[in-house]
Amino acid sequence: MTDQNSSLSHLDLETPEKPFLDANELVINMGPQHPATHGVLRVILRLDGEKVLGLECVIGYLHRGVEKIGEHRTYTMFNPYVDRMDYVAAVSNGLGYCETVEKLLNVEAPPRAQHVRVILTELNRIASHQLWLGTHALDIGAITPLFYTFRDREEILKIYEKYCGARLTTHAFRIGGLQYETYAGFEKDVKNFLDFFGPKIDEYEELLTTNRIWVERTKNVGNISAQDCIALGVTGPVLRASGVKWDLRKAQPYANYKNFDFDIPIGQNGDTYDRYLVRMGEMRQSVRIVQQAINALPEGPIMAKVPKVMKPAVGEVYHSIEAPKGELGYFIVSDGSTQPYRVRVRPPSFVNLQALDVMCRGQLVADVIAVIGTLDIVLGEVDR
Amino acid sequence: MVEKLRRSYGSGIEALTYAGQNYMVVDRSLIPEILRVLCHQEQFDYCVDITAVHYPKREKQFDVLWILYSYARNERIRVTAQIRDGESIPSSVPIWTGANWLEREVYDMFGIKFDGHPDMKRILLPDGWKGHPLRKDYGILQQDNEWVQINLGIESGQ
Repeated sequence: MTDQNSSLSHLDLETPEKPFLDANELVINMGPQHPATHGVLRVILRLDGEKVLGLECVIGYLHRGVEKIGEHRTYTMFNPYVDRMDYVAAVSNGLGYCETVEKLLNVEAPPRAQHVRVILTELNRIASHQLWLGTHALDIGAITPLFYTFRDREEILKIYEKYCGARLTTHAFRIGGLQYETYAGFEKDVKNFLDFFGPKIDEYEELLTTNRIWVERTKNVGNISAQDCIALGVTGPVLRASGVKWDLRKAQPYANYKNFDFDIPIGQNGDTYDRYLVRMGEMRQSVRIVQQAINALPEGPIMAKVPKVMKPAVGEVYHSIEAPKGELGYFIVSDGSTQPYRVRVRPPSFVNLQALDVMCRGQLVADVIAVIGTLDIVLGEVDR
Repeated sequence: MVEKLRRSYGSGIEALTYAGQNYMVVDRSLIPEILRVLCHQEQFDYCVDITAVHYPKREKQFDVLWILYSYARNERIRVTAQIRDGESIPSSVPIWTGANWLEREVYDMFGIKFDGHPDMKRILLPDGWKGHPLRKDYGILQQDNEWVQINLGIESGQ
């Protein structure tokens, strides 16, 4: 008894002026194995109670050295690798890569190929946004949307499977056009999907847009101003929700987007709710684009004249497309051989993730989950 | 625009075009200044990407590139600076906040240091890793065996 007492008094003497439990700041680790970080993202949070003072992202757990692999493969062989970066939008990755190499080779895909490319890419945008909506809502606590979106996303994956045999990492496009002609009944399948899917967007909105819990959890959460977005290089729906009407499909049209009529949905407040509305709007616009493309699908060849062994002239080219997550760019340096000298991928998720710190400051811990969801990151693309 | 820049900065700027894309090769000594002018006076307010290319046979082994975009002009431009192995280059984080992670990635992959960067450390590879994988002298199967053995407890990652 006396021993214990003496040891206690000894402890008292050693107590620092500011005991740990009274300290305001707390450092907490979230992830990398966490269901709401959408992969293997580790976030080190600095907290004052429930309030976030700042955070640091630790990434790289999924690094596979895609850019290095690119230097050791021919232009054709590297094509399937790009599908594995943003694996929920593999078709968009392929489009960006094929168009960049086409620029280097100075060829252009024929009109029919361009149309099919737009159809498949826009369907992919819908699929990517569906997956985002389902998982984002699940993170916040709404379980039903996940079942709705996955049910409907299945229809898009079925079209991919019928077209090229794969559902996720599709490798749908080739440099110079397409390898496969569309299957018999492709047009009917796509039209059926559009008729089926149009009303489904309203169904999702009915579940969430005026849902009080959803509005409470998303309005004024993770705000970011247009100025901050531009300074940080943030693109895609996140930038548009902050009020910047900028979409590469309009600003610097690629493929044949200039032939189609569509609007750019924008938000005003730059909060999680606006980003939700922008992505819902984008799904509607994608339906519009696919409708126009499928109704005006031209006949003709699907492959431009490209050499079997590709040896682009010495030079360097940067080309980017509007992927579902933002600006996806490829910078390729050719030294005149069959393999690229350097392939650089400018991933939208990587750059957008940098905004997490700005968006989470002053918010609650639970909001960090909402903000990670609303940024719509894919760790396969962040880490490459 | 390039003419105007050349008038104020002399012969350190060379303007080129390939496949309809404009880029300029700028002397290393002009680097923070030219980028600042491009951002604040010429409205290139969006830093799309920063990356590097390794040419081991050249005397100045590395190309460091800035890919810039201007929302107001709807125009892209690339700025390239050539540096020697082991040479550092001024950071552009004071100009574009978003350059932070991009420069860290260049450091991680090529070992190019950016002066004045607020947090110059690796980003994709673990902190203790040896070597910079995107250099041409780094083999595609090469890895830091020592790191793998100590941290993962396995003989080799292959």
